[in-house]
Amino acid sequence: MQPDKNKLALFLLLTPLLVWLLLLIVIPHLDMMLISLQERVAAREYRTSFSNYIEFFSEPLYINTFIRTAVMSILATLLTLLIAFPVSYYIAKMMKGQSKQILFLLCLIPFWVSELVRTYGWMILLRESGVISSLLQSLSLVNGPIEMLYNDVAIMVGLIYGSMLFMIVPLVTTLDSLDDSLIEAGYDLGGSHWNVLREVIIPHATPGITSGCIVVFMLSLGNYLTPVLLGGKDSLWFTEQIYTQFITRFNWEQGAALGMLLLLLSSLIVWLGLKLSGQSFRKVMS
Amino acid sequence: MKKLIGKGLLVATAAILLTTSSIASAETLRLLTWGGYAPQGVITAFKKETGIDVQVTKSNNEGMISKLRATRGAGFDLVQPSQDRIASAQADFDIYKPIDLSKIDSSQIIKSMFEATKANTSYNGHVYGVPHVWGTSGLVVNRKLAPKIMDYTDLCSAEVAGKVSYRLKRPTLIGFAYAMGEDPFAAYNDTVKYQAILDKVQAKLIDCKANVKAYWSGGDALMNLIRSKEVVAAMAWDAGGWKLNNEDPDVTFIAPKSGALGWIDTFAIPRKSKAEDAAYKWINFVMRPEIAAQITAAAGNFTAASNGDEFVTAKLKGQFQESFPTADIDNIKWYPPVPAGLEELEGKTLDRIKAAQ
Repeated sequence: MQPDKNKLALFLLLTPLLVWLLLLIVIPHLDMMLISLQERVAAREYRTSFSNYIEFFSEPLYINTFIRTAVMSILATLLTLLIAFPVSYYIAKMMKGQSKQILFLLCLIPFWVSELVRTYGWMILLRESGVISSLLQSLSLVNGPIEMLYNDVAIMVGLIYGSMLFMIVPLVTTLDSLDDSLIEAGYDLGGSHWNVLREVIIPHATPGITSGCIVVFMLSLGNYLTPVLLGGKDSLWFTEQIYTQFITRFNWEQGAALGMLLLLLSSLIVWLGLKLSGQSFRKVMS
Repeated sequence: MKKLIGKGLLVATAAILLTTSSIASAETLRLLTWGGYAPQGVITAFKKETGIDVQVTKSNNEGMISKLRATRGAGFDLVQPSQDRIASAQADFDIYKPIDLSKIDSSQIIKSMFEATKANTSYNGHVYGVPHVWGTSGLVVNRKLAPKIMDYTDLCSAEVAGKVSYRLKRPTLIGFAYAMGEDPFAAYNDTVKYQAILDKVQAKLIDCKANVKAYWSGGDALMNLIRSKEVVAAMAWDAGGWKLNNEDPDVTFIAPKSGALGWIDTFAIPRKSKAEDAAYKWINFVMRPEIAAQITAAAGNFTAASNGDEFVTAKLKGQFQESFPTADIDNIKWYPPVPAGLEELEGKTLDRIKAAQ
């Protein structure tokens, strides 16, 4: 009787999750896959074919856009890690008690407003008639107005700013769990700062680094607002291509194919990243 | 915490009760339209006369077709796409219901526009659109800072480098084609010829890319660019130009030398409309001359209502006459219905322009 009851409890507890996954993830993706395998022959007439996938590989525009998106997302991930690591270390190890909580809260506050508002904030700062430009002019550091919006650097700034929290949270948690005495022992044994960092701190923080990197990479790759608003005429982000196919071209078939490819290729990149850094998914999740 | 959850539940139930009761007590018309086409004053007057609530969702041509395609024509009772986009969307996606012309008070509508729209929105012998608001797209120019801009191709001249904006959408391709001496509308049904025109325009627009500050996508973003003088010349709608003219007399809409592009937004009824009667009531209501004038005041564009312009303010009339001397009105290029498949060619061209460095 007992095991049966346990099974029932487990089943009941899992049901909301399974329903969620099935209704919102599995079924839509299956539908997307089916749509992506259709080709429009004439009005209201479709046939099954791989033409939408062939289109991706034969049209350099789509591949180039994807490569550009992937490379910039990887760069954004690395830069976020570079900026977030010292910050997290400071919060987790140098601060104690209340000041630690306050600093952590400060990292969180920007995320109380929506992504759209944050992006518009950056637009107000960076635009030609914006805050930074007029400040520089009033300090007479520059002669005319300068445009800092609508370029790749602006996209990068927006992406890093937008994903910082998702790097800091896992890093602070893993660094918090590192016993201070281990670091002290490292120094006692004659290690330099660099040695301690490389031999003690980073190995301990690796799960946090990896999970942070995966989240930030996926968020950047799937971001739509930031590249479109801050990138202007050269934004060229892969999600933008998918949006255009679905909404402005009514070409759901091509859009669905691009969406499936984004899912597959980004999973492939994450898998490669894990392999190259010698991590496994199980380790990261534990 | 528990208290909070309890309160939340109470509020949620109350909200559900309220919405269900409001559905039960009053008829609603779910209208999918453009900004300014259903001003609050008109909605209130309609409610007073008929007791029908109007629920407005704002969108654009592509948004309307996409929304209806996703639901196979459900979710809205009345939509307002442009007349040239109806027949092809109906052919491809079957999202509209034929208009019952006997329920439309045709005496309220300018005859020539009604007939033209009927012809352009016909599919398989049925009419799918009734004209509502019309206007043009052309150039919005700051005459003090960019006095020499007369045509679309002037946007590529060196003196306005970095201070120009246009959309990366089909009107831009067509406007540039006309300015370059082509006739894209005549080539609508000749794919090979149309592709040749597109290639020519593509080369020009890639050349011109360095001149562009940003490709605008929403009207408000463009207005801000022009207000801040970051952009001095842009491709835009006439109403946007006149609105800016009210704030800054230097800025106004001009009809390009090669001709402004004319559009007519229509009424169309989605296939699964649940309030068809209310939809016809709304159409006949907003076509009354005095109501039509209110919509003109809100949207900035003229309507297809006969005598509608009698009630329009003198200022808007003046702005219109300044932008359109008589010769320019005759030169307006009205959009013919888009043949199916054409937008795919245009889409690829637009993608290539966007991707070019």
